[in-house]
Amino acid sequence: MVFDPARPISSADAVACRGVGKIWAAGTERAHEALIGIDLDVAAGEFVVLLGPSGCGKSTLLYLIAGLEPATAGEICSFGDPVERPSPDRSLIFQETSLFPWLSVGQNVAFGLAIRGDTAEARRTVAKEALARVGLAAAIDKRPDELSGGMRQRVAVARALAMRPKLLLMDEPFAALDVQTRAKMQDFLLDVSRASGASVLFVTHSIDEAIALADRVVVFTARPGRIKAIVPVAMPRPRDPFAPECVDLRRALTEALRSEVDRAFAEQEALAVTA
Amino acid sequence: MPGDGTSAQAGRVTAGLGAAAPPPPARRWRVGPVLDRLAWGAASVGMFVLIWEVCWLVGWADPKLLPPPHVFLGDIPDQARFFNTATRWQIGMNPADGPSPYGAVAITVASTTMRVFAGLAIATLLSVTIGVAIRYWELFGKLTLPTITLLSPVSPIAWLPVAIFLFGIGNAPAIFMVVVALFFHMVLSTISQIDNVNRNFINVARTMGATKRQVYARVIIPAILPQLLIVLRLNLFASWMVVLVAETTGVGFGLGQVIMLARNTFNPSLVFFTIALIGLLGFASDWLLRQVQRRVLYWVPENGGVLRGL
Repeated sequence: MVFDPARPISSADAVACRGVGKIWAAGTERAHEALIGIDLDVAAGEFVVLLGPSGCGKSTLLYLIAGLEPATAGEICSFGDPVERPSPDRSLIFQETSLFPWLSVGQNVAFGLAIRGDTAEARRTVAKEALARVGLAAAIDKRPDELSGGMRQRVAVARALAMRPKLLLMDEPFAALDVQTRAKMQDFLLDVSRASGASVLFVTHSIDEAIALADRVVVFTARPGRIKAIVPVAMPRPRDPFAPECVDLRRALTEALRSEVDRAFAEQEALAVTA
Repeated sequence: MPGDGTSAQAGRVTAGLGAAAPPPPARRWRVGPVLDRLAWGAASVGMFVLIWEVCWLVGWADPKLLPPPHVFLGDIPDQARFFNTATRWQIGMNPADGPSPYGAVAITVASTTMRVFAGLAIATLLSVTIGVAIRYWELFGKLTLPTITLLSPVSPIAWLPVAIFLFGIGNAPAIFMVVVALFFHMVLSTISQIDNVNRNFINVARTMGATKRQVYARVIIPAILPQLLIVLRLNLFASWMVVLVAETTGVGFGLGQVIMLARNTFNPSLVFFTIALIGLLGFASDWLLRQVQRRVLYWVPENGGVLRGL
């Protein structure tokens, strides 16, 4: 799986990263490098999982692609256009619930439409439709704090879908959920992403989650984040986690991650000593 | 004989019920939410009154210096005489003219309350606007924030002469004092609340294409509202404190002026009567703000109960 950095950027690709790097707090004493030389393409409709130890810069890459932060090196394009600022085409979903507690579920889902200046009627229609797609049509007038964690994340997905994004960026969206809810949410996400046709870039540190979801798994090194390996997962879904291929894959990914986690630990210890 | 039988039967029945029904939940000390709170309020105040009265009874509290509640609350009409709102100092006024004693109490209380709320409203409006502006326009923040931080530790007392220089006597200096006492802190707390708004909220809005103005109007302001209302409630007490200080100096009339009069005429009864009045007013206005808070902040869960299990 060797990536050719010279591969031209195609306008068909949901994401194209060429030599992307990020230094936080550049030019100050606290400057630290989060990402180096990221070359990555995500095809339209593809489900790519970014897997790596905590603090390896996976989330940073997501923020850069979302346009929330500028890259300090390299180039990021989405469907051929350089990413300069956030766009409703690229929706971001966070780990913690990010629903606005002062808005109803329906108003949350229609938030982006309200920003755009759509009429109340249009907003309600879209909110209804998006909530129906995540199976929560009945919750439209509820308040976020009346919902469970899993339901809230489904609403967050509905809010992202309401903007009809071409790319869903998900930053460990199910990390705060219990294991059973998590498995359910993964199935649900696969259905929804297939139905919407959007590409998904999904950050996780869970190997099982990566195996269950990904078309390709991108393994990151410890900080500063580099791409260590890109592993295609060609099995049909739904995947049996105990199928031999899955077990082999899990072993390979576990091995790949273990050395990185060890390195991250060693680095943190060294930091603690100097501090 | 038949009497014995029924009583024995009754005993059996209650015993049977007791065995069948699960023990009632331990709900001692709780009657009903509102009644409960009222009862505890009365118990709390009652306890202190009792201690005070006992001290007086035993002879530890000199009634000339620390008159117990039954003394300073015992003769309200007598106390009300001191609440004189007649503008006798004005030329051509008959010293005997003026409202009745109770009318004077009402006017005094109303004018102090008005000063508190006017000051609070102006201070809130001004400080939230400035606080938001400081974060919205970086240049404005850089130019104003150091001065605001510099002035915030200055005691409101220090502004008292300024208030009189600028506004003379009347309502204006008292309101100015309340505003100046609250303004700087409320600006700083507005800023710190803006800085503490959940990053995800802002990022969500940004990825949805929100402009800076929309992020402020639709995310930051609603997100800081709950904390702002709490700050407002805390500052309500502060404004009750400051307004009294302001009123001790030539406002004409007000509760502070009554306290000053009591001091000058060595009337501890009147001092405590006024203190009781202020306490009651402060409590009532806090209750009012709490009701407002509950209406406006429908999404904030009612707190409490977390510590109860300890």
